[in-house]
Amino acid sequence: MSTQKLKEIIKQVLPDVEAVICWQEGFDKLNVTPIFITSPEQAEKVVWNPLCAQNLASYLPSQKKKVAVAVKGCDSRTIVQYMQEGLIDRNNVVIIGIPCKGIISKKKVQKAIGNEPVEDVSFTEGSVKVKTPSGEKTFAIADVCPSKCTSCQYPTPIVYDQLTADPIQSDKPAESVYADVAELEGKTLEERKAYFLSQFDKCIRCYACRNACPMCVCQDSCIAETRDPHWITQKLSLDEKLMFHMIHALHLAGRCVECGECERVCPMEIPVAKLKKKINKEMKELFDYIPGVNPEDKPPMYIFNVDEAKIKEHKL
Amino acid sequence: MADKGYLPKEKIKEFVEALGKDATVFAPCLEGDTIIFRQYTPDKEISLDRPANTPPKGAIYPQCETLLSFEFKKEADNPQKMDVELKVNTDFPKAVVFGGRPCDARGFTVIDRVFIDTDTADPYYKKRRENTTIVTKCCNGPVAGCFCVGVGGGPAVTEGSDVVMTEVDGGYYLEAVTDKGKAVMSLPMIQDGASYEAKAKAANEKATAAVRNPFPEGADKISAELFDSGDFWGNVIEKCLSCGACTFLCPTCYCFNITDEQAITTGDRIRSWDSCMFQHFTLETSGHNPRPAKHKRFRNRVGHKFYYYPEKYDGAIACTGCGRCIRYCPVSVDISEIVGYLRDPKADPKAWAAKKEDAKN
Repeated sequence: MSTQKLKEIIKQVLPDVEAVICWQEGFDKLNVTPIFITSPEQAEKVVWNPLCAQNLASYLPSQKKKVAVAVKGCDSRTIVQYMQEGLIDRNNVVIIGIPCKGIISKKKVQKAIGNEPVEDVSFTEGSVKVKTPSGEKTFAIADVCPSKCTSCQYPTPIVYDQLTADPIQSDKPAESVYADVAELEGKTLEERKAYFLSQFDKCIRCYACRNACPMCVCQDSCIAETRDPHWITQKLSLDEKLMFHMIHALHLAGRCVECGECERVCPMEIPVAKLKKKINKEMKELFDYIPGVNPEDKPPMYIFNVDEAKIKEHKL
Repeated sequence: MADKGYLPKEKIKEFVEALGKDATVFAPCLEGDTIIFRQYTPDKEISLDRPANTPPKGAIYPQCETLLSFEFKKEADNPQKMDVELKVNTDFPKAVVFGGRPCDARGFTVIDRVFIDTDTADPYYKKRRENTTIVTKCCNGPVAGCFCVGVGGGPAVTEGSDVVMTEVDGGYYLEAVTDKGKAVMSLPMIQDGASYEAKAKAANEKATAAVRNPFPEGADKISAELFDSGDFWGNVIEKCLSCGACTFLCPTCYCFNITDEQAITTGDRIRSWDSCMFQHFTLETSGHNPRPAKHKRFRNRVGHKFYYYPEKYDGAIACTGCGRCIRYCPVSVDISEIVGYLRDPKADPKAWAAKKEDAKN
């Protein structure tokens, strides 16, 4: 693993930045937590392993000074999208890129070990060994990874200033990206509605999905909570929950970088990302646009051209 | 009525349905991979395998409840005059909270002090609380993040429960804690439990020993100096995303908001859970917000549970160590770690300030 190289880079860039945002070990061996490094000693706490699922790029728009951030390939799409939307000053960000072969879904591991407390976790190439009071279990990372890893097109960050290891090429077919959406599309409208309603019924409106979303930039002005205009009531009905999730999804049309944070953080295990991915697929078909891959692009919903060069409907 | 009993596992469904004969039963139900306290109906699958994602708090203190309904009506004789008609309903059915954990049940006792044990008891909460019987399942052992023994609880404490159940020999040993609980023990599927008592005690002792205690010297002694240090909070909580997962999953958080949700002439005045993690929490009408930054709001959450509440209620801590806020935090913020810093004599504000100074140099 490239942890040592990561530490070296952090120490190297630290004098030029206010903080380096990275991961460190969390409250148990199955959890990592972000660390804002401000001293070389803190750099020694850094970890890089498949548990480092959190997209740290999400912290960038709220940083007032120059910072460095560690990103995986998927996370780097967030930075590209921020550049497209003018949400960060690229000169104020040092990007430490980490080529990544796949991360772990904590929820999948917990389920596989029967929710026992974790005593130790160790990694070998392509697999993870988890020790609990009732023994050890080994899983292939491919079996416990979030769905985004199974069709990853960007294992190496798209933008970076430093790289912790040699770049990796994707070995996943591009068609696999929307395989799960295709499955959804195979269902009737009624079935899809029933599916989403049963999922959103679990929502507790904690807004973890919104606050973890790197592209949810309205933040404290989110219309889910404003009284004026009064779009959504404080009631806990399914209608209100659905309304919030539809707003969230529509605001991300052609902007969602598919980092999966909304789904990763949901305490109620709702597949929050699915709706957004479906809309992304539509945006790709309609505007030939993939969010967060080319810093020179403009999100289709940000621009209006009479000609709309890319819109497919013009060719009809 | 006996106060000890035994319930074979295969009779759980029968037991819950008997509890539901004259009451609404809230039970931990499995939906996909999520366990949620829901109003039990026979089509639902109860899961006692692990603590539910949500605590049962909402059964007695709903996330959203109508305090009153109102309707504006024109007076028949004088159409220029509007009358407002109010309707209040506190006629709540009897209820049972089944399958919560000891930390969940203790959570209600934290809310009781504020909503019931006061000169102006809250009629909604009080009525529901009185109408509810709490049948709690003791924990076989800890889950990720939990620390009940550090805050005066334990995997088998009875505080807040009417009946506690301990898993033994293919079933559950039941013990009535209150008179309400004794009534439950008279149900026909409950067998004699005296012979299981010793085994249950051993199981509970084993579970208690396995739970981590982050505060072996007590959790209530907070360094006021450190607590008031802005630097401390800025440093420990920079990673927080300000979402409400921790507070909405907490068995003791009770802050609320009251709003009128009106549609033309009719509407409801509702009370819904608020979260001190949200930016709008304590935002005043003038636009002033005494807690404008997330670290100030986080300080409120820790302070409320470990500082202000104990100060007001004779040392009682407003945290039952269920660990949900740690387990489900998007960025793995660990409240026990932060309270640990606040207690650690080595982590005084000067040390933090010096550390910051070092970092700059």
